[in-house]
Amino acid sequence: MIDRRSFLTAGAAVSAAGILAACAKKNPAKSTGPDSSGSKQITLGFSQVGSESGWRAANTQSVKEAAKAAGINLKFSDAQQKQENQISAIRSYIAQKVDVISFSPVVVTGWDTVLKEAKAAGIPVILTDRSVETSDPSLYVTLVGSDFEIEGERAAHMLEKVLAGHKGPVKIAQLEGTTGAAPAIERAKGFGKIMHASHPEWTIIASQTGDFTRAGGKQVMAAFLQAHSDIDVLFSHNDDMAIGAIQSIQAAGKTPGTDIKIVSVDGVHDGFVAMSKGQINAIVECNPLLGPQLMDAVKTVHAGKGSTLPRWIKTKEGDYTADQAAAALPSRKY
Amino acid sequence: MSLTSLWRAATQHRLFWPVAALVALLVINVPFTPGFFEIHLKNGHLYGSLVSIVLFGSPLILVAIGMTLVIATGGIDLSVGAVVAISGALACLVVSKQADQDSVAGVLLAFALALAVALVCGAWNGLLVARLGIQPIIATLILMVAGRGIAQLITSGQIITVNSDAYSLIGGGYWLALPFSLFVVALVVVLSMALTRRTALGLLVEAVGGNAEASRLVGIRSRRIKIMAYMFCGLCAGIAGLMISSNVSAADGNNAGLWIELDAILAVVIGGTSLTGGRFHLGGTIIGALIIQTLTTTIYTIGVPTQTNLVFKAVVVIVVCLMQSSVFRAKVFGARAKRRGPAQKSPGAAADAAPQMEVSS
Repeated sequence: MIDRRSFLTAGAAVSAAGILAACAKKNPAKSTGPDSSGSKQITLGFSQVGSESGWRAANTQSVKEAAKAAGINLKFSDAQQKQENQISAIRSYIAQKVDVISFSPVVVTGWDTVLKEAKAAGIPVILTDRSVETSDPSLYVTLVGSDFEIEGERAAHMLEKVLAGHKGPVKIAQLEGTTGAAPAIERAKGFGKIMHASHPEWTIIASQTGDFTRAGGKQVMAAFLQAHSDIDVLFSHNDDMAIGAIQSIQAAGKTPGTDIKIVSVDGVHDGFVAMSKGQINAIVECNPLLGPQLMDAVKTVHAGKGSTLPRWIKTKEGDYTADQAAAALPSRKY
Repeated sequence: MSLTSLWRAATQHRLFWPVAALVALLVINVPFTPGFFEIHLKNGHLYGSLVSIVLFGSPLILVAIGMTLVIATGGIDLSVGAVVAISGALACLVVSKQADQDSVAGVLLAFALALAVALVCGAWNGLLVARLGIQPIIATLILMVAGRGIAQLITSGQIITVNSDAYSLIGGGYWLALPFSLFVVALVVVLSMALTRRTALGLLVEAVGGNAEASRLVGIRSRRIKIMAYMFCGLCAGIAGLMISSNVSAADGNNAGLWIELDAILAVVIGGTSLTGGRFHLGGTIIGALIIQTLTTTIYTIGVPTQTNLVFKAVVVIVVCLMQSSVFRAKVFGARAKRRGPAQKSPGAAADAAPQMEVSS
C-alpha cells in the first residue's frame, strides 16, 4: 500500500516537474519574440522535413549554425516527415508574425492554401532543398537547394564512367526515395533522361521505394536479388539505402561494387566510408550545407530586395568515384 | 463423408483462414519469381525468399506477441514503435562508445540496458493504464509521441553506425545456418505460450480482459496482470528494437519501428484476437505477422509500382479480413452457410475483425 501511494506521489511530482519545465522553456521563447523584432533582429521560422538521415541532420545543423552566425533569430520545428505537421508549423509561424518563413517541403504538392495564407500575412517564403508545385509562382520568393534532376543526370554520367569498357546490356535496379518526394521523382527523371537519350543498352528491371532509409534499402534489395539474379547495377537515390542494400548483396553471396556496381546520391560520411571500401562505385554529392546561402537569401528578402534573387539558388556540389573516396573522407562534414 | 467432415473441421479451425491467406500470398509469388520457394546455402547460411521473410519479419512477430497480450487485457499499446526506436538507439549508443565494439561483454551490457529501459517504458504504460485508469489508447499515445523524441535525443538526430559483429548477430546474423533472430523469436514464443497456456496466467489475462472489475472481485489482481502485460509488451518491443538496429548495424531514431504498432495490431487482428479483449491466440498472431511480412516482400518481388504499394496492401488486408468474418462468408456464400445452420455462426473475434480493419489499414 505504501508502495502504491509513494509511487503515485512520485508520478505526480514527475509530471508536475515536466509541466513546469515545459512552461519554463516556453516563456523565454515568447518574450524574445517581441524583443527581437524591436531590435530589428530578423526572425526566421524554419520547418524541417524531419531527421530521416545523416544528410538531413547535417542540413539541420548547417541551418542552425548559419542562423547563429548571421545573427538571425531562428524558430525551428521538425515535421517528422508529415505534411500536416509542416503546414501547422507554417501556420504557427504566420500567427507568430515571423519576418521570413522557410521550409523543406515533405512532398511536392498541396501547399497552395498555406502559402496563400503566408502571402496574405505579408510574410515572404523561401523554400530550401526541395521544390513545390504551385499554380501561383509568386507564393514563394526563391528556392535554395539542389537540382535533383541534374543529380539524376550526373548519376547516369557517373554510371557511364563506372561501366567504362563494359559491353552488352546493363540491367539496373533502382532504389527510389520516399514516394512523392521531389528528390525521388526528379532523380529518377534525370537518370531516365540520360538513359533513354544515349544508352539503349541500359534497362531498369526493378524499381521500388526504400523510403530513404537503411532498413528500407536492405529489405527491398533482398527481395530484388531473389526476384532477379542478373542485376548488374544498383542506382540508389541516397547513400543510406545503398548502405542497407550492400548488406543484402553480401548476404546473397555477391560482392557489392564488383558483382553489382553501385551509384548513389548524397555523399554522407558513411557513404564515403563504404565507397572507400570499394562497395559503392560512385557518389553524386547533394550538398546539405546550404545554411549560409539560405541566411544570405533571408537577409536579402528581408531588406525588400527579394526580386533581385534568382528563382533558384543552386547549392555547390561535386561528383566522386571510389578512387577519390579515401582522400575526401576526412573532410566530409556530414 | 469423412473427407467433407474433415474439410469442415479444417475450415472451422480458427487458424484456417489466416493460414490459407498466408499460403495464397506465398503461392502468388511463384509465377513472378519461379525460385521463390528455393532455399540455397550461401556463405554458410541458408538463403532464399522464405528466409528473408522470417529474418525481416522477426521484429514484427515479437512486437505482435507483446501486443496480443496487451490487447487480451482489453488494452492497446501504441508506443511499441517508439520503444523499438529507444531500445535500438540506446544499445547502439552504448556499443559505439566502447573502445572494442566487438567485445561480447560490452554488447551484452548494451542489450541489458536497452531491455531495462524497454521494461521501464512498459511499466510506465502499465501504471498509467492500471493505476491511474487512463484509457490505454491515450496512455500509450503519450509514449508513442514522446518516445520517438527520446530516441532522437539519444542519437542526437543522427544515425549511429556500429561496427560490431557481436551486435549484428541478433538481428542480422546466422547461427546453425539459420537467422539468429529465428531462435530469439522461437524462445519468446515458447516462453510466452508456456506461461500463458501451461499456467493459469493466460486464463487470468483473459479474465481481466473480459471484465476487469469482475475478475478483481473474484480475487484476481487485475491491475498487476495489466501492468505485467504492458511490461511484457515493452520487453518484446525492446528485443525487436535490438533486432532492427542490429539488422542494419545502425540506430535510426526517426525511422526505426515507424508505424510498426499499426502492423502489429493488424497482425493481432488477422490472427483472430478480438480488440475488445478477453481472448487471444498467439499462434494466430504469428501467422498474422508472417502474412504482413510476406505481403511486403511480395510487393517488392512482383514489382508493384511504387505509387500503388499502399493500395495493393490495403486490398489484400481487406480481403483477408473479410474472408475471416463468418458474417461476410455467410452473406457471400449464403447457401453453404445456411446449410451449416446457425450453430456455427459468429465466433466473436472473426466477426469483429472486419470493421476494426478501418483503423489499421
